[in-house]
Amino acid sequence: MTYLSDVVALTRKDLLLELRAKETLPSMLLFVLAALTIFHFALPRGAGHTAALGLLWSALIFTALLGLTRAFVAEREQGMFDALVLAPCDRSAIWLAKSLAVLAFLAAAEVVALPAFAAFFSGIGGRTVVAVALADLGIAAVGTLFGAMAVAGRARELLLPLLFLPMAIPIVVGGVGGYLWFLVLYDAIFVVLAWATFEYVVAEV
Amino acid sequence: MKTHALAVATAALVGLAVALVFFYVPSDADQGFSQRIFYFHVPIALTSYVCFGWGAWKALRYLRSRDARADTESYVAIHQGVMFGALTLITGSIWAKASWGVWWSWGENQLVLFLVLFLFYCAYFMLRFSVDAGASRANMSAVYALFGVVLIPVSFLAIRLSQNFIHPVVFNSHGPQMTGAQFLTFCVSFAAVLAVFATLYRVELAGKRIDAHLRELRELLA
Repeated sequence: MTYLSDVVALTRKDLLLELRAKETLPSMLLFVLAALTIFHFALPRGAGHTAALGLLWSALIFTALLGLTRAFVAEREQGMFDALVLAPCDRSAIWLAKSLAVLAFLAAAEVVALPAFAAFFSGIGGRTVVAVALADLGIAAVGTLFGAMAVAGRARELLLPLLFLPMAIPIVVGGVGGYLWFLVLYDAIFVVLAWATFEYVVAEV
Repeated sequence: MKTHALAVATAALVGLAVALVFFYVPSDADQGFSQRIFYFHVPIALTSYVCFGWGAWKALRYLRSRDARADTESYVAIHQGVMFGALTLITGSIWAKASWGVWWSWGENQLVLFLVLFLFYCAYFMLRFSVDAGASRANMSAVYALFGVVLIPVSFLAIRLSQNFIHPVVFNSHGPQMTGAQFLTFCVSFAAVLAVFATLYRVELAGKRIDAHLRELRELLA
Protein backbone atom coordinates (compact mmCIF):
# COMPACT_ATOMS: atom_id res chain seq x y z
CA MET A 1 0.00 0.00 0.00
CA THR A 2 2.86 2.40 0.78
CA TYR A 3 4.26 1.89 -2.71
CA LEU A 4 0.99 3.06 -4.18
CA SER A 5 0.73 6.07 -1.89
CA ASP A 6 4.33 7.04 -2.73
CA VAL A 7 3.46 6.94 -6.42
CA VAL A 8 0.31 8.98 -5.87
CA ALA A 9 2.17 11.59 -3.80
CA LEU A 10 4.96 11.93 -6.38
CA THR A 11 2.54 12.13 -9.32
CA ARG A 12 0.50 14.73 -7.47
CA LYS A 13 3.67 16.76 -6.91
CA ASP A 14 4.43 16.79 -10.64
CA LEU A 15 0.90 17.66 -11.68
CA LEU A 16 0.65 20.40 -9.07
CA LEU A 17 3.97 21.85 -10.18
CA GLU A 18 2.74 21.94 -13.75
CA LEU A 19 -0.59 23.45 -12.73
CA ARG A 20 1.22 26.30 -10.99
CA ALA A 21 4.20 26.89 -13.26
CA LYS A 22 2.52 25.95 -16.57
CA GLU A 23 5.87 25.27 -18.21
CA THR A 24 5.42 22.04 -20.15
CA LEU A 25 1.86 21.59 -21.32
CA PRO A 26 1.30 24.97 -23.05
CA SER A 27 4.52 24.56 -25.02
CA MET A 28 3.53 21.01 -26.02
CA LEU A 29 0.12 22.24 -27.21
CA LEU A 30 1.58 25.12 -29.22
CA PHE A 31 4.23 22.83 -30.66
CA VAL A 32 1.81 20.18 -31.88
CA LEU A 33 -0.48 22.79 -33.47
CA ALA A 34 2.46 24.48 -35.17
CA ALA A 35 3.73 21.11 -36.39
CA LEU A 36 0.34 20.20 -37.86
CA THR A 37 0.23 23.59 -39.60
CA ILE A 38 3.68 23.00 -41.09
CA PHE A 39 2.59 19.56 -42.25
CA HIS A 40 -0.37 21.07 -44.06
CA PHE A 41 2.02 23.13 -46.16
CA ALA A 42 4.60 20.35 -46.42
CA LEU A 43 2.13 17.85 -47.88
CA PRO A 44 1.36 18.18 -51.57
CA ARG A 45 -2.26 19.07 -52.39
CA GLY A 46 -4.47 16.00 -52.34
CA ALA A 47 -1.86 13.82 -50.64
CA GLY A 48 -4.54 11.75 -49.01
CA HIS A 49 -5.39 10.36 -45.61
CA THR A 50 -2.53 7.83 -45.29
CA ALA A 51 0.21 10.40 -45.81
CA ALA A 52 -1.39 12.79 -43.32
CA LEU A 53 -1.77 10.01 -40.75
CA GLY A 54 1.95 9.26 -41.02
CA LEU A 55 2.72 12.89 -40.29
CA LEU A 56 0.35 12.86 -37.31
CA TRP A 57 2.50 10.11 -35.79
CA SER A 58 5.73 12.01 -36.29
CA ALA A 59 4.10 15.11 -34.79
CA LEU A 60 3.05 13.09 -31.74
CA ILE A 61 6.52 11.58 -31.28
CA PHE A 62 8.21 14.98 -31.45
CA THR A 63 5.65 16.55 -29.12
CA ALA A 64 6.28 13.75 -26.64
CA LEU A 65 9.99 14.41 -26.97
CA LEU A 66 9.41 18.05 -26.08
CA GLY A 67 7.56 17.04 -22.91
CA LEU A 68 10.13 14.39 -22.00
CA THR A 69 13.01 16.85 -22.31
CA ARG A 70 11.31 18.98 -19.65
CA ALA A 71 10.36 16.06 -17.42
CA PHE A 72 13.43 16.00 -15.19
CA VAL A 73 14.58 19.60 -15.56
CA ALA A 74 13.05 20.72 -12.25
CA GLU A 75 14.71 17.81 -10.42
CA ARG A 76 18.04 18.62 -11.99
CA GLU A 77 18.03 22.37 -11.50
CA GLN A 78 16.84 22.28 -7.91
CA GLY A 79 19.04 19.34 -6.93
CA MET A 80 15.90 17.33 -6.22
CA PHE A 81 17.32 14.07 -7.54
CA ASP A 82 19.45 13.48 -4.44
CA ALA A 83 16.48 14.14 -2.19
CA LEU A 84 14.28 11.75 -4.18
CA VAL A 85 16.90 9.02 -4.16
CA LEU A 86 17.41 9.49 -0.41
CA ALA A 87 13.67 9.34 0.26
CA PRO A 88 12.58 6.08 1.91
CA CYS A 89 10.62 4.86 -1.07
CA ASP A 90 11.22 2.29 -3.76
CA ARG A 91 13.10 3.97 -6.60
CA SER A 92 10.85 2.48 -9.24
CA ALA A 93 8.06 4.51 -7.63
CA ILE A 94 9.89 7.66 -8.79
CA TRP A 95 9.85 6.33 -12.34
CA LEU A 96 6.22 5.24 -12.17
CA ALA A 97 5.10 8.61 -10.82
CA LYS A 98 7.05 10.55 -13.44
CA SER A 99 5.73 8.28 -16.20
CA LEU A 100 2.17 8.87 -15.05
CA ALA A 101 2.73 12.63 -15.08
CA VAL A 102 4.23 12.44 -18.59
CA LEU A 103 1.31 10.27 -19.65
CA ALA A 104 -1.12 12.89 -18.34
CA PHE A 105 0.65 15.67 -20.29
CA LEU A 106 0.71 13.55 -23.44
CA ALA A 107 -2.97 12.71 -23.12
CA ALA A 108 -3.81 16.38 -22.56
CA ALA A 109 -1.81 17.41 -25.63
CA GLU A 110 -3.51 14.75 -27.72
CA VAL A 111 -6.98 15.74 -26.59
CA VAL A 112 -6.24 18.92 -28.54
CA ALA A 113 -4.05 17.43 -31.28
CA LEU A 114 -6.38 14.67 -32.48
CA PRO A 115 -9.46 16.88 -33.01
CA ALA A 116 -7.19 19.49 -34.59
CA PHE A 117 -5.88 16.84 -36.95
CA ALA A 118 -9.40 15.72 -37.77
CA ALA A 119 -10.35 19.34 -38.52
CA PHE A 120 -7.20 20.21 -40.52
CA PHE A 121 -6.83 16.99 -42.51
CA SER A 122 -9.26 14.11 -42.35
CA GLY A 123 -11.29 12.28 -39.73
CA ILE A 124 -9.70 9.63 -37.56
CA GLY A 125 -11.19 6.31 -36.53
CA GLY A 126 -11.46 4.68 -33.14
CA ARG A 127 -8.57 2.39 -34.04
CA THR A 128 -6.20 5.34 -34.33
CA VAL A 129 -7.35 6.72 -30.97
CA VAL A 130 -6.71 3.35 -29.29
CA ALA A 131 -3.33 3.09 -31.05
CA VAL A 132 -2.36 6.57 -29.83
CA ALA A 133 -3.36 5.66 -26.27
CA LEU A 134 -1.31 2.45 -26.40
CA ALA A 135 1.65 4.27 -27.93
CA ASP A 136 1.51 6.86 -25.12
CA LEU A 137 2.10 4.12 -22.55
CA GLY A 138 5.28 2.97 -24.27
CA ILE A 139 6.48 6.52 -24.95
CA ALA A 140 5.97 7.56 -21.32
CA ALA A 141 7.65 4.44 -19.92
CA VAL A 142 10.73 4.40 -22.14
CA GLY A 143 10.98 8.18 -22.46
CA THR A 144 10.95 8.76 -18.71
CA LEU A 145 13.77 6.27 -18.17
CA PHE A 146 15.87 7.73 -20.98
CA GLY A 147 15.01 11.24 -19.80
CA ALA A 148 16.52 10.39 -16.42
CA MET A 149 19.65 9.18 -18.23
CA ALA A 150 19.86 12.23 -20.46
CA VAL A 151 19.72 14.81 -17.64
CA ALA A 152 22.73 13.17 -16.00
CA GLY A 153 24.84 13.95 -19.05
CA ARG A 154 26.46 17.18 -20.11
CA ALA A 155 24.53 17.47 -23.39
CA ARG A 156 21.08 17.04 -21.81
CA GLU A 157 18.62 18.38 -24.38
CA LEU A 158 20.72 17.04 -27.20
CA LEU A 159 21.04 13.54 -25.83
CA LEU A 160 17.41 12.55 -25.29
CA PRO A 161 16.30 12.61 -28.96
CA LEU A 162 19.33 10.52 -29.90
CA LEU A 163 18.54 7.95 -27.24
CA PHE A 164 14.78 7.96 -27.68
CA LEU A 165 14.11 8.17 -31.44
CA PRO A 166 15.50 4.72 -32.37
CA MET A 167 13.28 3.27 -29.63
CA ALA A 168 10.30 5.11 -31.10
CA ILE A 169 10.63 3.55 -34.56
CA PRO A 170 8.67 0.38 -33.62
CA ILE A 171 5.97 2.58 -32.07
CA VAL A 172 5.57 4.48 -35.34
CA VAL A 173 5.41 1.21 -37.30
CA GLY A 174 2.72 -0.16 -34.97
CA GLY A 175 0.82 3.13 -34.93
CA VAL A 176 0.81 3.86 -38.66
CA GLY A 177 -0.02 0.26 -39.53
CA GLY A 178 -2.68 0.06 -36.81
CA TYR A 179 -1.14 -3.11 -35.33
CA LEU A 180 -2.69 -2.82 -31.88
CA TRP A 181 -1.36 -6.20 -30.70
CA PHE A 182 2.14 -5.08 -31.56
CA LEU A 183 1.76 -1.90 -29.51
CA VAL A 184 0.46 -3.97 -26.57
CA LEU A 185 3.50 -6.23 -26.90
CA TYR A 186 5.86 -3.25 -27.04
CA ASP A 187 4.25 -1.69 -23.97
CA ALA A 188 4.35 -4.92 -22.00
CA ILE A 189 8.03 -5.56 -22.73
CA PHE A 190 9.37 -2.08 -22.20
CA VAL A 191 7.21 -1.09 -19.23
CA VAL A 192 8.52 -4.11 -17.35
CA LEU A 193 12.12 -3.48 -18.45
CA ALA A 194 12.00 0.22 -17.55
CA TRP A 195 10.33 -0.51 -14.21
CA ALA A 196 13.03 -3.07 -13.36
CA THR A 197 16.04 -1.00 -14.44
CA PHE A 198 15.18 2.55 -13.31
CA GLU A 199 16.78 1.90 -9.95
CA TYR A 200 20.19 1.58 -11.60
CA VAL A 201 19.80 4.79 -13.58
CA VAL A 202 19.44 7.00 -10.51
CA ALA A 203 21.76 5.03 -8.24
CA GLU A 204 25.15 6.67 -7.66
CA VAL A 205 26.92 3.46 -6.70
CA MET B 1 51.06 -14.07 -25.73
CA LYS B 2 47.65 -15.72 -26.01
CA THR B 3 46.45 -12.73 -28.00
CA HIS B 4 49.30 -13.26 -30.45
CA ALA B 5 48.33 -16.89 -31.01
CA LEU B 6 44.72 -15.84 -31.51
CA ALA B 7 45.76 -13.16 -33.99
CA VAL B 8 47.79 -15.66 -36.02
CA ALA B 9 44.93 -18.17 -36.02
CA THR B 10 42.53 -15.40 -37.08
CA ALA B 11 44.77 -14.35 -39.96
CA ALA B 12 45.01 -17.98 -41.14
CA LEU B 13 41.25 -18.46 -40.88
CA VAL B 14 40.51 -15.23 -42.77
CA GLY B 15 42.97 -16.30 -45.49
CA LEU B 16 41.29 -19.69 -45.76
CA ALA B 17 37.84 -18.08 -45.91
CA VAL B 18 38.91 -15.67 -48.67
CA ALA B 19 40.44 -18.57 -50.64
CA LEU B 20 37.27 -20.65 -50.27
CA VAL B 21 35.00 -17.75 -51.25
CA PHE B 22 36.93 -16.86 -54.39
CA PHE B 23 38.34 -20.17 -55.61
CA TYR B 24 36.36 -23.05 -54.14
CA VAL B 25 32.67 -22.29 -53.92
CA PRO B 26 30.81 -22.27 -57.28
CA SER B 27 29.05 -19.09 -58.44
CA ASP B 28 25.38 -18.80 -57.61
CA ALA B 29 23.17 -19.88 -60.52
CA ASP B 30 20.76 -17.02 -59.95
CA GLN B 31 22.90 -14.03 -58.96
CA GLY B 32 26.29 -15.02 -60.40
CA PHE B 33 29.61 -13.81 -59.05
CA SER B 34 28.24 -10.99 -56.91
CA GLN B 35 26.48 -13.48 -54.66
CA ARG B 36 29.89 -14.29 -53.14
CA ILE B 37 29.61 -11.17 -50.96
CA PHE B 38 27.03 -13.20 -49.06
CA TYR B 39 29.92 -15.09 -47.41
CA PHE B 40 31.16 -11.83 -45.91
CA HIS B 41 27.93 -9.90 -45.45
CA VAL B 42 25.96 -12.49 -43.48
CA PRO B 43 28.78 -13.61 -41.13
CA ILE B 44 29.56 -9.95 -40.37
CA ALA B 45 25.89 -9.29 -39.61
CA LEU B 46 25.63 -12.37 -37.37
CA THR B 47 28.88 -11.43 -35.60
CA SER B 48 27.43 -8.01 -34.96
CA TYR B 49 24.48 -9.64 -33.18
CA VAL B 50 26.95 -11.74 -31.21
CA CYS B 51 28.74 -8.54 -30.15
CA PHE B 52 25.54 -6.84 -29.00
CA GLY B 53 24.43 -9.98 -27.19
CA TRP B 54 27.81 -10.35 -25.52
CA GLY B 55 27.75 -6.66 -24.54
CA ALA B 56 24.30 -7.06 -22.98
CA TRP B 57 25.41 -10.21 -21.14
CA LYS B 58 28.38 -8.33 -19.70
CA ALA B 59 26.05 -5.43 -18.81
CA LEU B 60 23.84 -7.84 -16.86
CA ARG B 61 26.94 -9.22 -15.16
CA TYR B 62 27.92 -5.66 -14.27
CA LEU B 63 24.54 -4.85 -12.72
CA ARG B 64 24.76 -8.02 -10.62
CA SER B 65 28.39 -7.84 -9.54
CA ARG B 66 29.27 -4.10 -9.83
CA ASP B 67 32.59 -5.20 -11.23
CA ALA B 68 34.16 -2.37 -13.25
CA ARG B 69 35.81 -4.92 -15.57
CA ALA B 70 32.41 -6.14 -16.76
CA ASP B 71 31.52 -2.54 -17.64
CA THR B 72 34.63 -2.16 -19.80
CA GLU B 73 33.98 -5.53 -21.44
CA SER B 74 30.41 -4.55 -22.23
CA TYR B 75 31.60 -1.26 -23.73
CA VAL B 76 34.26 -2.93 -25.86
CA ALA B 77 31.83 -5.58 -27.15
CA ILE B 78 29.29 -2.91 -28.16
CA HIS B 79 32.04 -0.85 -29.75
CA GLN B 80 33.00 -3.86 -31.88
CA GLY B 81 29.33 -4.47 -32.59
CA VAL B 82 28.89 -0.98 -34.00
CA MET B 83 31.93 -1.43 -36.24
CA PHE B 84 30.62 -4.76 -37.56
CA GLY B 85 27.20 -3.13 -37.90
CA ALA B 86 28.67 -0.35 -40.06
CA LEU B 87 30.38 -3.02 -42.18
CA THR B 88 27.05 -4.84 -42.51
CA LEU B 89 25.43 -1.66 -43.80
CA ILE B 90 28.25 -1.12 -46.29
CA THR B 91 28.43 -4.70 -47.58
CA GLY B 92 24.64 -4.90 -47.70
CA SER B 93 24.52 -1.70 -49.70
CA ILE B 94 27.09 -3.03 -52.17
CA TRP B 95 25.16 -6.27 -52.54
CA ALA B 96 21.89 -4.38 -53.06
CA LYS B 97 23.57 -2.30 -55.79
CA ALA B 98 24.92 -5.41 -57.51
CA SER B 99 21.76 -7.48 -57.45
CA TRP B 100 18.92 -4.91 -57.47
CA GLY B 101 20.67 -1.89 -58.94
CA VAL B 102 20.01 0.41 -55.95
CA TRP B 103 22.28 1.40 -53.08
CA TRP B 104 19.55 1.26 -50.53
CA SER B 105 16.34 -0.71 -50.39
CA TRP B 106 13.77 -0.16 -47.66
CA GLY B 107 12.39 -3.56 -48.62
CA GLU B 108 15.44 -5.24 -47.20
CA ASN B 109 14.48 -6.17 -43.66
CA GLN B 110 17.90 -6.94 -42.25
CA LEU B 111 19.47 -3.80 -43.68
CA VAL B 112 16.78 -1.56 -42.20
CA LEU B 113 17.09 -3.35 -38.87
CA PHE B 114 20.80 -2.66 -38.92
CA LEU B 115 20.16 1.00 -39.61
CA VAL B 116 17.88 1.18 -36.55
CA LEU B 117 20.40 -0.69 -34.40
CA PHE B 118 23.24 1.43 -35.73
CA LEU B 119 21.39 4.61 -34.72
CA PHE B 120 20.54 3.13 -31.33
CA TYR B 121 24.06 1.98 -30.51
CA CYS B 122 25.71 5.16 -31.79
CA ALA B 123 23.64 6.98 -29.17
CA TYR B 124 25.20 4.59 -26.63
CA PHE B 125 28.52 6.34 -27.24
CA MET B 126 26.92 9.76 -27.00
CA LEU B 127 25.51 8.73 -23.62
CA ARG B 128 28.85 7.34 -22.44
CA PHE B 129 30.85 10.34 -23.54
CA SER B 130 28.47 12.87 -22.01
CA VAL B 131 28.51 11.36 -18.50
CA ASP B 132 31.61 11.43 -16.27
CA ALA B 133 33.31 8.11 -15.68
CA GLY B 134 32.14 6.28 -12.59
CA ALA B 135 29.50 3.97 -11.20
CA SER B 136 26.66 6.14 -12.48
CA ARG B 137 27.90 5.99 -16.08
CA ALA B 138 28.50 2.26 -15.87
CA ASN B 139 24.95 1.74 -14.56
CA MET B 140 23.36 3.78 -17.33
CA SER B 141 25.43 2.16 -20.04
CA ALA B 142 24.45 -1.27 -18.74
CA VAL B 143 20.74 -0.40 -18.70
CA TYR B 144 21.01 1.02 -22.22
CA ALA B 145 22.79 -2.11 -23.45
CA LEU B 146 19.98 -4.26 -22.03
CA PHE B 147 17.38 -2.10 -23.81
CA GLY B 148 19.33 -2.61 -27.01
CA VAL B 149 19.28 -6.37 -26.89
CA VAL B 150 15.51 -6.30 -26.27
CA LEU B 151 15.04 -3.77 -29.06
CA ILE B 152 16.60 -6.14 -31.62
CA PRO B 153 13.70 -8.65 -31.79
CA VAL B 154 11.08 -5.91 -31.32
CA SER B 155 12.50 -3.87 -34.21
CA PHE B 156 12.85 -6.98 -36.31
CA LEU B 157 9.16 -7.72 -35.84
CA ALA B 158 8.25 -4.08 -36.52
CA ILE B 159 10.21 -4.00 -39.76
CA ARG B 160 8.70 -7.30 -40.90
CA LEU B 161 5.26 -5.84 -40.24
CA SER B 162 5.98 -2.73 -42.24
CA GLN B 163 7.41 -4.32 -45.35
CA ASN B 164 7.03 -6.63 -48.26
CA PHE B 165 9.58 -9.40 -48.22
CA ILE B 166 12.08 -9.23 -51.07
CA HIS B 167 15.13 -10.12 -49.03
CA PRO B 168 16.31 -13.63 -49.87
CA VAL B 169 15.68 -15.89 -46.90
CA VAL B 170 18.54 -18.33 -46.85
CA PHE B 171 17.80 -19.90 -43.50
CA ASN B 172 14.26 -21.10 -42.98
CA SER B 173 12.52 -23.73 -40.90
CA HIS B 174 13.82 -26.47 -43.23
CA GLY B 175 17.42 -25.65 -42.41
CA PRO B 176 19.91 -23.79 -44.59
CA GLN B 177 18.99 -23.74 -48.29
CA MET B 178 22.55 -24.24 -49.46
CA THR B 179 24.64 -26.91 -51.10
CA GLY B 180 27.45 -28.62 -49.17
CA ALA B 181 30.19 -26.47 -50.69
CA GLN B 182 28.27 -23.27 -49.98
CA PHE B 183 27.53 -24.29 -46.42
CA LEU B 184 31.17 -25.19 -45.76
CA THR B 185 32.37 -21.85 -47.15
CA PHE B 186 29.76 -20.03 -45.10
CA CYS B 187 30.80 -21.79 -41.90
CA VAL B 188 34.50 -21.05 -42.47
CA SER B 189 33.72 -17.39 -43.23
CA PHE B 190 31.56 -17.13 -40.14
CA ALA B 191 34.31 -18.67 -38.00
CA ALA B 192 36.83 -16.26 -39.55
CA VAL B 193 34.72 -13.17 -38.82
CA LEU B 194 34.04 -14.38 -35.28
CA ALA B 195 37.79 -14.86 -34.82
CA VAL B 196 38.37 -11.31 -36.06
CA PHE B 197 35.89 -10.12 -33.44
CA ALA B 198 37.57 -12.17 -30.69
CA THR B 199 41.01 -10.79 -31.60
CA LEU B 200 39.87 -7.17 -31.84
CA TYR B 201 37.94 -7.56 -28.59
CA ARG B 202 41.02 -8.81 -26.76
CA VAL B 203 43.27 -6.13 -28.23
CA GLU B 204 40.89 -3.27 -27.44
CA LEU B 205 40.23 -4.64 -23.97
CA ALA B 206 43.97 -4.84 -23.29
CA GLY B 207 44.29 -1.22 -24.42
CA LYS B 208 41.43 -0.08 -22.16
CA ARG B 209 42.97 -1.90 -19.18
CA ILE B 210 46.34 -0.29 -19.79
CA ASP B 211 44.58 3.09 -19.98
CA ALA B 212 42.86 2.45 -16.67
CA HIS B 213 46.12 1.35 -15.00
CA LEU B 214 47.90 4.40 -16.33
CA ARG B 215 45.19 6.67 -14.98
CA GLU B 216 45.42 5.04 -11.55
CA LEU B 217 49.20 5.46 -11.54
CA ARG B 218 48.89 9.10 -12.53
CA GLU B 219 46.41 9.70 -9.73
CA LEU B 220 48.77 8.04 -7.26
CA LEU B 221 51.62 10.26 -8.41
CA ALA B 222 49.62 13.47 -8.39
